[in-house]
Amino acid sequence: MMGYSLDFTAVLAGEHLKWLLSGIQVTAELFAGAWALALLLAVVLIVLRNTGLRPAHWFVTTYVEVHQNVPLLVQVLFWYFAVPELLPAPAQIWLNEHNSEFILALLALSFCIAAYMSEALRSGLRAIPPTQYEASRALGFGYLSTMRYVILPQAARLSLPPLINYTLLLFKNTSIAMAIGVHELTYQSRQIENDTFRTFEVFAVATAIYLLSSFAIMALGALYERRAGLQAR
Amino acid sequence: MLQILRDNWVLFLIGQYPAGPLGGLAATVLIAVLGLGLSFPCALLLGLGRISPFRSIRAVTAIIVHTVRGTPFLMVIFWSYFALPIIIGHPIAGFPTLVGALVIYESAYLAEIVRSGIEALPKGQIEAARSLGLNYRQAMMSVVLPQALYNSLPTMMSQFVSLIKETSLGYVISVNEFTFAAAQVNSRLLTKPVQVFSILALTYFLLCFALTQSARAVERHIARRRREDPAVIRPLESFVVEPAP
Amino acid sequence: MISFENVSKWYGAHQCLADINATVNSGEVVVVCGPSGSGKTTLIRTINRLEPIQGGRIVVNGQDVHSSATDLNRLRSGIGFVFQQFNLFPHMSVIDNIILAPRKLRGLSREAASEAARKLLARVGLADKANSYPGQLSGGQSQRVAIARALAMDPPIILFDEPTSALDPEMVGEVLSVIKDLAHSGITMMCVTHEMGFAREVADRIWFMDRGTILEDAPPSEFFSRPNHPRAQRFLSELRH
Repeated sequence: MMGYSLDFTAVLAGEHLKWLLSGIQVTAELFAGAWALALLLAVVLIVLRNTGLRPAHWFVTTYVEVHQNVPLLVQVLFWYFAVPELLPAPAQIWLNEHNSEFILALLALSFCIAAYMSEALRSGLRAIPPTQYEASRALGFGYLSTMRYVILPQAARLSLPPLINYTLLLFKNTSIAMAIGVHELTYQSRQIENDTFRTFEVFAVATAIYLLSSFAIMALGALYERRAGLQAR
Repeated sequence: MLQILRDNWVLFLIGQYPAGPLGGLAATVLIAVLGLGLSFPCALLLGLGRISPFRSIRAVTAIIVHTVRGTPFLMVIFWSYFALPIIIGHPIAGFPTLVGALVIYESAYLAEIVRSGIEALPKGQIEAARSLGLNYRQAMMSVVLPQALYNSLPTMMSQFVSLIKETSLGYVISVNEFTFAAAQVNSRLLTKPVQVFSILALTYFLLCFALTQSARAVERHIARRRREDPAVIRPLESFVVEPAP
Repeated sequence: MISFENVSKWYGAHQCLADINATVNSGEVVVVCGPSGSGKTTLIRTINRLEPIQGGRIVVNGQDVHSSATDLNRLRSGIGFVFQQFNLFPHMSVIDNIILAPRKLRGLSREAASEAARKLLARVGLADKANSYPGQLSGGQSQRVAIARALAMDPPIILFDEPTSALDPEMVGEVLSVIKDLAHSGITMMCVTHEMGFAREVADRIWFMDRGTILEDAPPSEFFSRPNHPRAQRFLSELRH
């Protein structure tokens, strides 16, 4: 490291700062979009599983195992290279006109994280003793009201710690989208590095941004957990 | 799909070896095993540091673990790929870079598994060992670690699955491993991405799923022993490992 | 052999040991009793420093237990300690539990240590269990192994923290009879227990504790027939009902 003097102005000014900011924006969009879609998909999966239909149960189990036992990068590459091939031509054209990298990365991320999130929800539901359900039905509540007032509030609290873990997991793994050319934070820091050779500075800045955001997610989780824990008493 | 496998199975399996570097699935497995083997001792030290009687050691190891857990693995790879050569003064190849990044990353995760395994043991175990006059190290080595590591075996095995999946990111810095080999085949064939990436995904799935299932079998075995003997081994606290997809 | 000098201990604002002054002489058997929360378990755990104290001094065999100059591990190897929950090491066989300390601390070979361990096992009536694992033993057997383990270093002192409280009633007798034998062997013993029949039979002195202090320190004949303190009177009358 002899003779290497740190200079952050090359990274944090002018054109490069713009790159960095746009990278942050794309990461944030990717994260927020994929998170919402993943949660939605996870709920769909858990509802499917609980229908009691054999094929639905089998489908959900397979879905979860496949998405948990194949590397996310491979899933992203599959969505990017293979999935468009399987689509009809108009859909392919539409994708190409609408930032296909971003959309496909978002889909890959949410389909994968949905598998993890549905497992988190399932473990939460499973931990509620059946007597809770029976007690609620005995009071005269129907299936939906029982879910709404008795089961789900308890399950949500139990599912929370793993859900927060998976939120963090999703956030960190938005960086994998760079492999198919999504201009998110990691991609942009590589670009700036290429342009300035300020390796340390640019990676330090990007790492700091990731770290601060990760810590914010962890802290939010801890805060929410504490509040939920207080309510439980 | 079978045609592609027939034509390219050597590349998928070992890359350009022996003409070039070892690649393909063999390299993936080698990197994963090296990564696990080298990170285990680091994880043990970090995990013990997390519960050290000394406050300063606890603080330092906590910072290390949380920093690593808050950073994307790709960032760790880039740090070792681009920044390490500047520090040590000469370039290093992709293969050791990836192994190094894996060791840093996995040490932090495995350390948390070690820590929670130790913390899940009843306090009476260490009290009994210390009451006999054993010192901290002797109590750890003879009484605490053998039980804690045994109890956390299934979690460690799932973490190994995560590690295998993480090796795929070597693709981004062009390490000759399985995903890289598939991408090579894909760009050579040009028109068969569905088949090529299906082969890739299916192979990873078979490897990882087999390991996941064995981890579950080991977990059931340990749970059964625990049921037969509930007084002595308390079940592991509901510790959520955050897996790498 | 063991002396407490103005020993005090707090958990936060709660004082659980209040200015304790007492002595156990060599070869004496002292039974500590009292209602739950009275501090008796805490007291016995301060003797080998499983619990720290905030005031006063505890001297065992001339050594200040809580002084940083004391070689704690050496001191502890001379004090046998038996827990309520046995705390056997579940991953080791019975014999390995017993020879662990002699091997690691005295550097004895497995063979040499095993010979002595088998004698101890015979003494607690479990000669046939040497190669069993703790998970295969009943509660009473586990506690007898724990006693053998505590004796493996030939300690001049042995401490019992409610040794029969975690046992099913039918197993209490077998453990108490081992402790009784031991009490007659000349070892210095302190035992926290609710077994008053046992106390009457083997104790040289009984300490009655309440709210962190020793209210009575008397031979059993005196303690059981005419306790001085009203709280000790109430404790005894509640036991009889």
